Amino acid sequence: MAESTIKPLTLNFGPQHPAAHGVLRMVLEMDGEVIERCDPHIGLLHRGTEKLIEYKTYLQAIHYFDRLDYVSPMSQEHAFALAVEKLLGLEVPRRAKFIRTLYCELTRILNHLLNIGTYGFDVGAMTPMLWAFEEREKLMEFYERASGARMHAGYFRPGGVPRDLPAGLVDDIWAWSERFPQVVVDMESLLTGNRIFRQRSVDIGIVNKEEALDWGFTGPMLRSAGVPWDLRKAQPYEVYEEMDFGIPVGKNGDCFDRYLIRIEEMRESLNIVRQCLEKMPEGPVLADDQKVVPPRRREMKRSMEALIHHFKLYTEGYHVPPGETYTAVEAPKGEFGVYLVADGSNRPYKCHIRAPGFAHLQSMDYMCKGYMLADSVAILGSMDIVFGEIDR
Amino acid sequence: MTVLDRYARSLVLGEILSGLALTFRYMFKPKVTLNYPYEKGPISPRFRGEHALRRYPNGEERCIACKLCEAICPALAITIEAEPREDGSRRTTRYDIDMTKCIYCGLCEEACPVDAIVEGPNFEFATESREELFYNKEKLLQNGDRWEQEIAQKLTLDAPYR
Repeated sequence: MAESTIKPLTLNFGPQHPAAHGVLRMVLEMDGEVIERCDPHIGLLHRGTEKLIEYKTYLQAIHYFDRLDYVSPMSQEHAFALAVEKLLGLEVPRRAKFIRTLYCELTRILNHLLNIGTYGFDVGAMTPMLWAFEEREKLMEFYERASGARMHAGYFRPGGVPRDLPAGLVDDIWAWSERFPQVVVDMESLLTGNRIFRQRSVDIGIVNKEEALDWGFTGPMLRSAGVPWDLRKAQPYEVYEEMDFGIPVGKNGDCFDRYLIRIEEMRESLNIVRQCLEKMPEGPVLADDQKVVPPRRREMKRSMEALIHHFKLYTEGYHVPPGETYTAVEAPKGEFGVYLVADGSNRPYKCHIRAPGFAHLQSMDYMCKGYMLADSVAILGSMDIVFGEIDR
Repeated sequence: MTVLDRYARSLVLGEILSGLALTFRYMFKPKVTLNYPYEKGPISPRFRGEHALRRYPNGEERCIACKLCEAICPALAITIEAEPREDGSRRTTRYDIDMTKCIYCGLCEEACPVDAIVEGPNFEFATESREELFYNKEKLLQNGDRWEQEIAQKLTLDAPYR
């Protein structure tokens, strides 16, 4: 019989596929059920955020950061707020630092809950997702009570946070933190030991140390490969120096390790949340700089000078001295960085956003090669892809 | 011994059964779902919902057309035109908010020096057509009259923090 070669089948995955986590389109070249080449197409959610920010004042720009990675909004705001503070040389009051750290960690839990829930859902476990969304609902309520919005908070501003935590919120977060570990245990008992979950995730999408570093991985993706790199420890910002927490590190670099790391990070985050609540000092939440921070409302209504500042800050905004900075924070998905160039005007000259998901997605071809079609969904799920930040 | 133990567990479907037992226990826990149109989740005084233009207790509209909200709006959703009225006071002749552009960031409320434009507690303002979401001054003032009690309460509750 004459030997014939069959052209590999080209398969379109997404952009409307529920497991594509948004609007990812992948063109897969398949040899039977094995992926030979994987070509992710991005840009379907491109909104031109970076360009848009060049035409907004620093205060207005904050609100665009929520909408990048809409699963962990406050972490992105944080990076921008820190970058602007660095350029301005602004010192943030201690209480604001604690509130920010607290909300950053709540954000991490918020993000990991969604990731673990949907990852379990992608590989066949439905119940953990329902539990995860119940907890997310509680966390978004905390968001809403502090900032006024359940997702797009706009709560971290250059100089601190605009409003103090309302009375009673600290107690409610504490009460939640006492019940939350049980939810993690419950979710884990349905996933970690489960044979179906293990078959779908153990030894799938293995990344070794060198490759992970070469591809620019950060966050849980890098730590799963055994690199103990976490910006909260490596270059502490806010009050992470004073916090006592560990960094879970994986061994095999597979999907299962990434899942385990996220579970463990939720526990560590909860630990930080509780430390923040315990050590939360009293005091102002906004920096004492009238040229940057809008005056308190009561003052604005009484004092002419404050009213002038109020008008000035809400129309023209403040001018940031010329300079440039790359400021990165450990967002739940990895290193989220903002490269900000200021030219002395009231708007950023350039704002480049370094999204962790982008670096992770570029390795899709490398990670999927040789695995089955069904594994690509597991790999994608364990990457923690959110298209808002990749397409920007 | 651990190997034997693992095989034994795997043979009797240990983790599956314990998982089933766990989900079964959840059946007897109180429901967390809300029967939505009849039950609603809690909303804090800071909630940023549908916009409203407020009036003073004597019925005079608060907005003085300073256009701070128009200037701060990141989405350029607000359009204001103003003229002095017959009595000489400066008021808006046009106050439009394009609710399809609005990103509900709350900066207009923060910027307003007279507490005229506020984001109220209403989040159920879906419409059947896009045009209905282009709010004009009349609609916003109507909202203000309708939600005044809730808005006033929310402002007093949040006043110490602002």
